[in-house]
Amino acid sequence: MNGVTPTRSPDALAATEASKRGASIRIEGVEQDFGAFPALRDVSLDIQPGELVALLGPSGSGKTTLLRVIAGLNSPDRGRVLFDGENATNLPVQDRHVGMVFQNYALFKHMTVADNIGYGLRVRPRRTRPSRAAIQARVTELLQFVQLDGLGGRYPAQLSGGQRQRVALARALAIEPRVLLLDEPFGALDARVRKDLRRWLRDIHKQTGLTTVFVTHDQDEAMELADRVVVLNEGRIEQIGAPEELYDRPASPFVISFVGEAVALPVTLADGHVTFGGRELHIDTHGLRSGPARVFFRPADIAVAAEGNGDLEGRVESLRRTPAGVRATIAIDGYDQTLEIDSPLERSASLGGRVPLSLVNARIFAADENGDYVNAGDGI
Amino acid sequence: MSEIAVTSSGSGRGVKFRPVTQDSSLARYALIATAVLFLAIFLLAPLAIVFVEAFSKGIGPFLTAFGDPDARAAIRLTLLVAAISVPANLVFGLAASWSIAKFSFPGKSVLITLIDLPFSVSPVVAGLIYVLVFGGQGLFGPWLAAQGVQIIFAVPGIVLATIFVTFPFVARELIPLMEEQGKIEEEAALTLGASGFKTFLTVTLPNIKWGLLYGVLLCNARAMGEFGAVSVVSGHIRGLTNTIPLQVEILYNEYNIVAAFALAVLLAGLALVTLGLKTFLEWRHADALSGRARRH
Amino acid sequence: MTFPSLVGKNARRFTAPSVIPGFGLTFGYTLIYLGVIVLFPLATLIWQSSGLGFSGLYAIASEPRVAAALRTTFFISFAAAVVDLFFGLIVAWVLTRYDFPGRRLLDAFVDLPFALPTAVAGISLAALYSPNGWFGAPLADYDIKIAFTRWGILVALIFIGLPFVVRTVQPIISELEVELEEASATLGAGRLQTVIRVMLPPLAPALLTGFALAFARSIGEYGSVIFIAGNIAYVSEIAPLLIVVKLEQYDVPGATGIATIMLAISFAALLLINLVQAWSRRRFGHV
Repeated sequence: MNGVTPTRSPDALAATEASKRGASIRIEGVEQDFGAFPALRDVSLDIQPGELVALLGPSGSGKTTLLRVIAGLNSPDRGRVLFDGENATNLPVQDRHVGMVFQNYALFKHMTVADNIGYGLRVRPRRTRPSRAAIQARVTELLQFVQLDGLGGRYPAQLSGGQRQRVALARALAIEPRVLLLDEPFGALDARVRKDLRRWLRDIHKQTGLTTVFVTHDQDEAMELADRVVVLNEGRIEQIGAPEELYDRPASPFVISFVGEAVALPVTLADGHVTFGGRELHIDTHGLRSGPARVFFRPADIAVAAEGNGDLEGRVESLRRTPAGVRATIAIDGYDQTLEIDSPLERSASLGGRVPLSLVNARIFAADENGDYVNAGDGI
Repeated sequence: MSEIAVTSSGSGRGVKFRPVTQDSSLARYALIATAVLFLAIFLLAPLAIVFVEAFSKGIGPFLTAFGDPDARAAIRLTLLVAAISVPANLVFGLAASWSIAKFSFPGKSVLITLIDLPFSVSPVVAGLIYVLVFGGQGLFGPWLAAQGVQIIFAVPGIVLATIFVTFPFVARELIPLMEEQGKIEEEAALTLGASGFKTFLTVTLPNIKWGLLYGVLLCNARAMGEFGAVSVVSGHIRGLTNTIPLQVEILYNEYNIVAAFALAVLLAGLALVTLGLKTFLEWRHADALSGRARRH
Repeated sequence: MTFPSLVGKNARRFTAPSVIPGFGLTFGYTLIYLGVIVLFPLATLIWQSSGLGFSGLYAIASEPRVAAALRTTFFISFAAAVVDLFFGLIVAWVLTRYDFPGRRLLDAFVDLPFALPTAVAGISLAALYSPNGWFGAPLADYDIKIAFTRWGILVALIFIGLPFVVRTVQPIISELEVELEEASATLGAGRLQTVIRVMLPPLAPALLTGFALAFARSIGEYGSVIFIAGNIAYVSEIAPLLIVVKLEQYDVPGATGIATIMLAISFAALLLINLVQAWSRRRFGHV
């Protein structure tokens, strides 16, 4: 050590960051009511260190509330939050060491970018506060890390939306959090910028290795970025799983209809046989009891069948040529919505003609004892 | 989101949860106490003492004060002055806001700044400038004397000075309001065949009625209560050129405390009515008033 | 600035063509009324004082009594504005962010100095602080005199200036985003740190504006002050009063000179306000 602070290259920085893994997060039985409105109902969740998890759901599903509970901004009425096994439920926000990126960035408009980023370090009590030079160095590192070199002297009002987003992230990272939380990070940006930033967030996560949780209502975003997705609806967790699981093995009608397009066909289930429009559909019923039910499938799950072999019948309303073949808009007999399916050229049908369709993959959900569908939404 | 954070209960556990957006109870109580104490001393006490002193010797002396001929003359004069200045500035306010809000022309912001000018002028200076123009040694002094017309130290001077100090009230309320409302409704009415005047009566006026009332209220309160400017131009001739505020001054300087405060009660009552109506308008019809932060 | 020519085929119109009638009438009336009531008299003042010239103004300003009055007015107005700044901020904060019984009523009363005629305020304050008044009497026991001294002037100007600070700052306080406080907390700042570093700085432009408005108004205040001030020449005499005194002595140039100086100070304060607002809008991107 010859008294000169060595400047570090971005790669060295990334390596150092990656060597710090984030904390694990455990959520046990968390419940939160706002007056009479239950925002979170018995939510339990385990997040591994270094995971990138998405909280996905429509407005009112409780995803933001859950994020705020993790951050400590909301205090749950029941349940616990643990970081690395330590009970943090009663820990105030200031002591939780979470880095949070807010939906509208919440940058301090009266401070420069550099002062924003260094804020978390400057407000530390004297004992733990780094020297002015150290703070400066860290700010410069982070500016490089988020690719905003040289913009430290600007004010937030002088930056674009995407740039402000990156400042918000750098500010959260400056305090060396054990967990990174993002509330609809790209909601306020336009589509083009959003795509770029999504990729960039994935890279950041790879480099930092921090446990990251982000909230979104955009399922494309969740599917593209997350290691695992937590689907929430009306305060409850519908399903937790990797994106493929949600596509291929959705656990409830809500998940099917929320994640990707789906058709909900009202069918009759009797003695293990599923019938629709007089025909039998060959679907595994998993021993569900007889009664009304719905069959869910995606447009990608059906194909034009050979003559006479179809589960369903439909009429071709329009045809369009695509690079891969033909895209047909089909009205299914007995169902009031059309869907589009891609069909290889040799099996294509003619406009206005009737086509048989076979179900390649479908899920069935039945009514429970009360006559309600389990979390059933109506159709798509 | 803050209401959500505040209403979370956090009950049943040992640690009291306070949302991060709330100040500590100690801080809150201390600040509220400071603010209330400060307002009580500096604002409420002066208001209270007007009524206390006026009725300090009972209802009798209070009412006697209004029997005094000089007091009655002062009331009459005040009403006369208000009856002239308020409508005059009302018409001006309507004309100015119509031309500014419904048309585009260069120099608008200059015009608006000029209209605001009387606010920046001390009341005494406001009176002085009229003395400079119409006073004995003033610009028109000799000419006026030759015509036998008295402006300064007579009622016309008081009216002029009052018009000056209350000049912007109606206009500065209507201008932003009408600018916010734009001109599409008027244009629609005109294309439907209404004349300009009819359009103004049936389309514009209903839209601005609350802002207009508000501006008129403030204008009137100031017109009746103006002291400094009127004091300079008035001449203080008892029974002739004293408005209520001037009469209050005379009574107070003569140690006629009850009478002074009795007249003051009239003005304080007017102030309370003005405040009450202002609060009502802001509460019920806030969207009908201009959104600009008000600076008087 | 190009002047639109008003005649001939190539005349560019002053105002854009519009189906709405009445421009000529209303605009003309506006200009005439404005000119007669406001501009002409003010121009007369400027003209008279230009007759004095800078040397003449300086001579008037350096007359001992005038200089004393100007000093008194300036410094006490400044002090009052500072007091209003401090307590006005507290009042605005409390009225905006807390709820307690009577809050709405108090909020309405903040405008009292706007609505109450200055003479009424003047005699009320004088009655309150005179040696046998509600406040004056207990203070007299400690040998503290407010009425008829410079302290009386201060009290009156505090009364006058308060709403300017409160009403200017209130909207800004209510617009402070909650997310800012939350962000500050997640970064580890305690409540006091958050208030000082994150919530107060954005209020600075509004505070400065309120201060300047209160100051400008105090400079010219007359009615509220003359009852409670001692009005003793050289000691507790304010500039507006001196104008009146000089007029009574038929010293019109003297009165004119003082009035010009006061106008200049007011305009300087207002110019400062506009500059502050423009600067803050550019820097911070918000009003």
